[in-house]
Amino acid sequence: MSALFDNFWALLGLKAVVAILVILNVALVIIFAELKISAHMQSRVGPYFAGGRYGWAQPLADGLKFIQKEDLVPRDADRPVFKLAPMVVLAGTVATFVIIPFSPTLVVRDLDLGVFYALAAGSVATIGVLMAGWSSANKYSLMGGLRAAAQLIAYELPLVLAVVGVVIHAGTLSMSGIVEAQAEPFFHLGQTAIHLPYIFQGQIIGFAIFFIAMLAELNRTPFDMPIAESELVMGYLTEYSGIRFTMFFLGEYAGMFAMSAIASSLFLGGYYFPGLDSGTFGPIVLMAKVGLLVFVMIWIRWTFPRLREDQLQSFAWRWLVPLSLVNLAVTATFKVVF
Amino acid sequence: MTGYFEDYITVAVFAAFGALLVAVSVGASALLRPKNPSATKSQTYECGIDPVGGGWSQTHVRYYIFALLFLIFDVEAVFIFPWAIQLEALGMFALVEMIVFIVILLAGLVYAVRKGVLEWES
Repeated sequence: MSALFDNFWALLGLKAVVAILVILNVALVIIFAELKISAHMQSRVGPYFAGGRYGWAQPLADGLKFIQKEDLVPRDADRPVFKLAPMVVLAGTVATFVIIPFSPTLVVRDLDLGVFYALAAGSVATIGVLMAGWSSANKYSLMGGLRAAAQLIAYELPLVLAVVGVVIHAGTLSMSGIVEAQAEPFFHLGQTAIHLPYIFQGQIIGFAIFFIAMLAELNRTPFDMPIAESELVMGYLTEYSGIRFTMFFLGEYAGMFAMSAIASSLFLGGYYFPGLDSGTFGPIVLMAKVGLLVFVMIWIRWTFPRLREDQLQSFAWRWLVPLSLVNLAVTATFKVVF
Repeated sequence: MTGYFEDYITVAVFAAFGALLVAVSVGASALLRPKNPSATKSQTYECGIDPVGGGWSQTHVRYYIFALLFLIFDVEAVFIFPWAIQLEALGMFALVEMIVFIVILLAGLVYAVRKGVLEWES
């Protein structure tokens, strides 16, 4: 057994398989949570029959249904690009999980580039979306793909600049390093050390900007113009059916998991919670924080109406970019002066 | 093998597994799904009527100037990250330098807004 763990390739393969299984399971749980919470917010019951109590097997049943559906590729479509698009989306999303620390030791690989890599890998999925929109040879898909690209252009900057505030505090890009820096006592009250995550160390504006930009990056309501069903049918997904559609769907929810985990690690203390041993309870603490953020995302979906495309652009450029630059300057000033 | 290469290999393997997941799922689905192609089915979807014109219609990409702005600010973000890590060591000098840099960029953004770059009606 130890020989297996010593071999780099064997261990890497094992890590990748485990990571994929975890991603799939968490994505199914998030899909179920979305179905159920959405239903209750609209005074419905939601899935009820599949799997006995509470309809817990609904996402599984959906998956089984999708896998048996005919795989249609439109005649005019650019076939290689059409088939490659879901792969690009999933490759980008799965690659993001490399740096997410679940406990001090439970991390696939703690890259030096850390957050910077996470943001880069996270935006690869948009290339897949643009490919899907272009290759479908469908007017709705093309509009959807272009809108997704527009959203990336507008919201990548606030996302990156909001992270810089945290990097200034922590002095490192490594995700584990950032979480460890939040585990340090912020100040001492008599004998008691007070631990605060970065959101309470003055990065609350940074967190708000990051969260808004994250919603836009994930194409979640109120920023779901790329798949706005009232005007674009299903946007870039219009021509996808069966298993390929499922893969996009899965990628979307895996992306929610990844971005929530990154946001938790950066702003909410990640796997660390005062009084709990990070080694034992780390994964549970992180998943609780991820669950909280996912709940807020679902809540926002049923609270805010969809924006218009130009409103989205001007909101990003007029408000979020200047605000995040000011946040950055203030954080840096505090760091240097005090 | 050094840790430097192991970093890159890990990332590459994870990305490959993401793509592999799609390939395996599509392969598994091929064993289960029916295949009855027809000319009507493989038509492009346009709300049920026959598609009008080609799929790749000319589209006005309204945000190409945003894309140029984005490029400028994205390069700035690349500059900011190394600065942010070393800020504590570099101290006041680096802070003033970066604030001057940010103010110049913000002035550029204000100029772009005043020029009406962010207006969609034209």
